[in-house]
Amino acid sequence: MFIKENILLAIAGLKSNKMRSLLTMLGIIIGIASVIGVVSVGNAMTSSVTSQMASMGATNITVNVQEKSTTSTTTKNNTSTNTKNSNGSSQNSAGSSQGGNKGTQTSGSSQNGNKGVQASGGGIPGIGGAPGGGGNFGGGRQGKSSSTAKDIDLMTMDQINTLQENFSDEISSISMNESDVSGKVKNETTFANINTVGTNVGYQDVKNIEMQKGRYLAQNDIDEVKNVAVVSDKLVSKIFGNTDPIGQDIKVYTSNAIFTYSVVGVYTYKASGNSRTTSDDNLTTDLYVPITVAKKTATNKNYQTFSIKPKDGVDVQTFTTEVSTYLSTLYAKNNKFEAVASNMESMLESRTTMMNTVSMAISGIAGISLLVGGIGVMNIMLVSVTERTREIGTRKALGAKGSHIKMQFIVESIIICSIGGILGILLGLGLGTIGAKAMGFVNTVSASVIIISFSFSMFIGVFFGYYPAKKAADLDPIEALRYE
Amino acid sequence: MQQQVGNKISREMKFLSNNIIEMKNIIKSFYIGTPNELNILKGIDITVKEGEFVSIIGTSGSGKSTLMNIIGALDRPTSGNYILDGTNIDEISDNGLSEVRNKQIGFVFQTYNLIPRSSALKNVELPMLYYGMNKKERRERAEELLDLVGMKDRMSHQPNELSGGQKQRVAIARALVNDPSIILADEPTGALDSSTGRMVMDLFHKIHEEEGKTIVLITHNNELANETQRIITLRDGNVTSVADNEKYYRRFKEEEKICL
Repeated sequence: MFIKENILLAIAGLKSNKMRSLLTMLGIIIGIASVIGVVSVGNAMTSSVTSQMASMGATNITVNVQEKSTTSTTTKNNTSTNTKNSNGSSQNSAGSSQGGNKGTQTSGSSQNGNKGVQASGGGIPGIGGAPGGGGNFGGGRQGKSSSTAKDIDLMTMDQINTLQENFSDEISSISMNESDVSGKVKNETTFANINTVGTNVGYQDVKNIEMQKGRYLAQNDIDEVKNVAVVSDKLVSKIFGNTDPIGQDIKVYTSNAIFTYSVVGVYTYKASGNSRTTSDDNLTTDLYVPITVAKKTATNKNYQTFSIKPKDGVDVQTFTTEVSTYLSTLYAKNNKFEAVASNMESMLESRTTMMNTVSMAISGIAGISLLVGGIGVMNIMLVSVTERTREIGTRKALGAKGSHIKMQFIVESIIICSIGGILGILLGLGLGTIGAKAMGFVNTVSASVIIISFSFSMFIGVFFGYYPAKKAADLDPIEALRYE
Repeated sequence: MQQQVGNKISREMKFLSNNIIEMKNIIKSFYIGTPNELNILKGIDITVKEGEFVSIIGTSGSGKSTLMNIIGALDRPTSGNYILDGTNIDEISDNGLSEVRNKQIGFVFQTYNLIPRSSALKNVELPMLYYGMNKKERRERAEELLDLVGMKDRMSHQPNELSGGQKQRVAIARALVNDPSIILADEPTGALDSSTGRMVMDLFHKIHEEEGKTIVLITHNNELANETQRIITLRDGNVTSVADNEKYYRRFKEEEKICL
């Protein structure tokens, strides 16, 4: 009963002093708005990155053949990290610097695996969203530049097929690729830059390649080592214009050779997340050919790395361990090399954690403005108590107890902070939306953030209203009545 | 309603046996224990009977205001015994004093002390809010009393939209709402011109006679004091005279009637 009366009274009081009320609320408004804004932009970034990573196969498992870290058997200290780092750089020229930066954890081997994912998918549309997804030819180079890995140490096609059969319940498909030469496809008037990538059938599924026309590479293309190719729609529009490319031949001019492929399909080119702003003229797209065709010119005939796409509902972490166990038995006799299965989930998690930490830190700074706002509220409440000393005296003379007076002022303070909180939330949502749009993310605001900030603003009301309210409640009625 | 009738009966019984105000040897000192200890009230004995209209007069510095604060349960005496309508005031807590002020005392101040930004109706409802009455009861009772003081047509006006006399009438209605044991009026006409002051005094006489209220009027104005049944004079913290003014009061009332 008192609450309602007090709320009405507080609102009447605020209305009679509009400018002052607004200025008092401003601190709260800015504080809440900045918290909401920061959190919603942070959320937008996180979810955008997460979905981006998922779309480019963050749940895929990468198997990587790498040198055994000999130090792990002798000592487990800092030197082991160093060894792994140098190990990484020797194997992967493109991603070596990342390996050096990240390989500070004990799970150095899985870091290398991560690089494998980036590297092997380097030429794939959409992969650019991966952190520093640099190595365009990583997959191929990894095999070539490795100083010690020989064909005998690598996985054979048969071994990979056996793996797929053994885990047929969990594996949706396996993708292998071999980056081949880059070059130009030419017609009479113009040309298009391409990277030739040798792939297997599973590559389409694992890398989410969408077909526009024709078909993707089939198993008999691979088995029979056919000179067929799947090209991007960008290339088609440049080279073929409006004519149907299916069945036509294209010529790939490299620095020292010319290859001829028959076009069997057209896929939709997807711009990668941090697409370099090259114009369509200079765009380099992937040309997919059967992996057996690419292997003809490759140094290693076997496979150093491949990706596994698990079926839906398979727990990626558990499955990764299972595959690892399987592979370790396979490599039990090899003293120098081991095959390691890894996935990007842990990296995804650490990225999310990092973003949350940054959001928290900025929110903390925004929280300081809330503190300042709260002090402003307290200040005004003290002024209000002084101003209304006589009214307080009168109320006490009419029978108000200390608790009644205290309640009245706390309610007033809560009302100021709540209205400020609501305005702040609206402003924050607006700023968050604008900010997220400006940075090219979809804005998502969780209800929990809104509820938490609203309750927090009410808490500020109670916290900073308590002292002035207590002061009012403790006023001596005689002196309060006499106050001029 | 029935409860009110009951109250009236019990009060009439009290009239036969008890006094509303019983003060014995009230002493009030300030700065106790310091060299400049100040004795404002030096042993006051006062009794006020049910239904009496009493005035307390004295020059400024006589202890009038201090005595009013003690009568009004705003303050406790340093020593002495004060029983208000059967309640021993010097034994109860601060919250208890609030309840006594709420239920047994109706204040009328010189400066009206209406709550700003609250309508006349809300102002009159306020003591009932602290009493804990429900909304419907409050509204009915407030309208009834605003009608009594002739302010019903202005009940939705805010204090700054009312004249001094109107404000004081609202204040009187507010003092009456919880059916208090006494109305304690501190210079109620002090801020009013003579004709509105007259109107307010007439309202007090009306409440006294028609409602049978006990009224304690604190003033420095002898003319106003002469309208009351009994005059208690304070000087330097002592009661110097308690004059029965019944005859003059009767005559005054008769003149009043002739005038009307």
